[in-house]
Amino acid sequence: MSSGGTLSILRSDSYAELSQYRDQHFRGTRYDQERLLRKSCTLYVGNLSFYTTEEQIHELFGKSGDIKKVIMGLDKVKKTACGFCFVEYYARGDAENAMRYINGTRLDDRIIRTDWDAGFKEGRQYGRGRSGGQVRDEYRQDYDAGRGGYGKTVQCQ
Amino acid sequence: MQKCARLLPEKLTVYTTLVGLLNARNYNFGGEFVEAMIRQLKECLKVNMYNEAVHLVRFLSDLVNCHVIAAPSMVAMFENFVSVTQEEDVPQVRCDWYMFAFLSSLPWVGKELYEKKDAEMDRLLSQTESYLKRRQKIHVPMLQVWTADKPHPQEEYLDCLWSQIQKLKKDRWQERHILRPYLAFDSVLCEALQHNLPPFTPPPHTEDSVYPMPRVIFRMFDYTDDPEGPVMPGSHSVERFVIEENLHCIIKSHWKERKTCAAQLLSYPGNNKIPLNYHIVEVIFAELFQLPSPPHIEVMYTTLLIELCKLQPGSLPQVLAQATEMLYMRLDTMNTTCVDRLNAFAKSHHILSFDRSDCLTQDLEKPKPKFVREVLEKCMRLSYHQRIIDIVPASFSVLSPANPVCIYKYGDESNRSLPGYTVALCLTIAIKNKASNDEIFSILKDVPNPNQDDDDGEGFTFNPLKIEVFVQTLLHLAAKSFSHSFSALAKFHEVFKTLAESDEGKLHVLRVVYEVWKNHPQMIAVLVDKMIRTQIVDCAAVANWIFSSELAHDFTRFYIWEILHSTIRKMNKHVLKIHKELEETKARLARQHKRRDSDDDDDDDDRSTDREDGPLEEQIERLQEKVESAQSEQKNLFLVIFQRFIMLLTEHLVRCETGGIDVFTPWYKSCIERLQQIFLQHHQIIQQYMVTLENLLFTAELDHHILAVFQQFCALQA
Repeated sequence: MSSGGTLSILRSDSYAELSQYRDQHFRGTRYDQERLLRKSCTLYVGNLSFYTTEEQIHELFGKSGDIKKVIMGLDKVKKTACGFCFVEYYARGDAENAMRYINGTRLDDRIIRTDWDAGFKEGRQYGRGRSGGQVRDEYRQDYDAGRGGYGKTVQCQ
Repeated sequence: MQKCARLLPEKLTVYTTLVGLLNARNYNFGGEFVEAMIRQLKECLKVNMYNEAVHLVRFLSDLVNCHVIAAPSMVAMFENFVSVTQEEDVPQVRCDWYMFAFLSSLPWVGKELYEKKDAEMDRLLSQTESYLKRRQKIHVPMLQVWTADKPHPQEEYLDCLWSQIQKLKKDRWQERHILRPYLAFDSVLCEALQHNLPPFTPPPHTEDSVYPMPRVIFRMFDYTDDPEGPVMPGSHSVERFVIEENLHCIIKSHWKERKTCAAQLLSYPGNNKIPLNYHIVEVIFAELFQLPSPPHIEVMYTTLLIELCKLQPGSLPQVLAQATEMLYMRLDTMNTTCVDRLNAFAKSHHILSFDRSDCLTQDLEKPKPKFVREVLEKCMRLSYHQRIIDIVPASFSVLSPANPVCIYKYGDESNRSLPGYTVALCLTIAIKNKASNDEIFSILKDVPNPNQDDDDGEGFTFNPLKIEVFVQTLLHLAAKSFSHSFSALAKFHEVFKTLAESDEGKLHVLRVVYEVWKNHPQMIAVLVDKMIRTQIVDCAAVANWIFSSELAHDFTRFYIWEILHSTIRKMNKHVLKIHKELEETKARLARQHKRRDSDDDDDDDDRSTDREDGPLEEQIERLQEKVESAQSEQKNLFLVIFQRFIMLLTEHLVRCETGGIDVFTPWYKSCIERLQQIFLQHHQIIQQYMVTLENLLFTAELDHHILAVFQQFCALQA
């Protein structure tokens, strides 16, 4: 009789696991990247409003532990907030709790999303879209008041 | 299967049935299984895993129902448990645990044991009664969520359980809530041969034994709260006990997986016979408000409730609304620590969408208006000031948070007569032009020292005006965001360290930070945190600052206590970190010795081995010193905090006595509960200082109001 099924349910910690996403700009092997992700204390936070401040992020993410640093994501051209950020904790356990209990909850009335990040490096605070913001805002068709309205390609039409 | 027994206690009767059926087939299996469980129980007790041990005891007792274990041998084990209460010179919490293990198994096995051995059981129960009568309960007030007994008394956990067992006995041990699959297999099971438990001697009390802390049972609902639905079992019914135990177990099993946890809670069997939503909400709040600390991180409960509402959108939100309304209504008698936790929970759950106009007529320091103010402040931190102003009705504006802007005393032309004004202007320009630390120092040289006689002319002594000008100017320039302020602290770290070298310097830096940012408590908190971490100020300075007269106005505000507890936590983590380093280095040295001892074909002469050890041994010595110094700093921090509390409270008590006014003001309630909170939240560390506290601070001459808190704390592990 195998109790592996039940026990694996008890060990389950799906919210804190690595997602399928791997940063394509990462310098190093896949193996290195995953090693870093598994011991990282840094989270990527996405789907923020452009108006969400560092202070708001600090307050929300502070609920799972002491924050070492918040780095706001910026439009590469305008140098203004473009809807993402990095949150670095002192302890990995605190970052795990953020993944378990803050990921998928609301900030500024938007459902935010967190994911493990291999670690902040200078330059990673900038959006990678052609217009300077995030890639997702380049091609998006819908109107999102908190993220500059329509997507960039739509705006240029 | 043993793992399942231990890790899924809410399903224990399923597993006991399985063991029963296997035992009926194979007697030896049953014997081995029981033996293994006993071994595991002994192990758990040795390593202080008392919560797991309770579940093992319960499992064993349910095995009696499955004809695996003979009832008389189970009674004998319980006799040994209860006889622990006769031991001398042992902590009460030890006896409490054995009593709890016995009583809490009775809902499962009471009937069977009483049928087989009623005389022995009666004896056990009467011994229980006399123990419960004579045990002390000084600790209870410290653990209660509300100070009032209405509408539901906050009972001590053993008292509540005893009432439940007494009622069960009166009902002739008829227990109908627990699902008992083994009843369906009775014909098979009654043929099985039973095993006798080996005589079980409770492991003796040792210095390393740490028993569970006593608890108070949290109740907020009764049968009147859901008139439409199924009746809620009474507070002294055994059903209530079993339901709560199982729901707590479910949370314990699935706390990491919020969706699973919510689903498991909602699929608890008996859904149509009990008002499950009410039980779930009550159990969750019980954990959230548990003193000293919730079993899991606070934010988990908020998110779990959101998941529960998603799964039951038609019914659970109403129960939650009813609960939050009740909690708001009873704020006046709620323990301050619990109010903090409710505050953190509140803003995510629209506690303010109801009519709160009752708090407008009250003094702003009273619990309800205070609560609303704190919640509004928290809401502002998660959004922004204008939004709060927009949504709060004009009549409530007195409760709205201040606009979190910085106050720069040298900013206004009208202030140019202030000493230091010109230097401030100079500094501003210099900093904007990316001046170096040295340039800053030379500009500051021009600042006169109001403490002229203290200035010995050599280097930098405490000059409050220098600190004022520098810190005001810098913080004002860096006011834009947290990141800007942190960069400023980093860039001018050297200047800060020099100006704040003395204790007075550190205190003054903190004062100026407060003056600049008093409208923005969140900013104060992050700046203090950064300054401790970069060693611009130390923990004792923060403690002294919090109790200083300048902060008296904000003394009861939540953010002050957030800062103090965060400071204490940093100190604790620091000590642990160095300790860990020391242990690791010692381990390295030990490994090195071991390697050398096993290399006995090398002809080492003593000198070379000493040389190898040298650097590590030096390191260990240095770390040892570091640990001692850190521990001493930690002890000093607590002593400072306790001392200041005593001074503050004594002042208040004396004033009230001489003025003939009632001691129990909102300020007093808040202050004394904050003192309790220090004891509770850091109890493990404070236990080390008992002798010092007793002899130095909490002596018999102290006012009995204050001494009572210390005595309650001592009673927690007595």
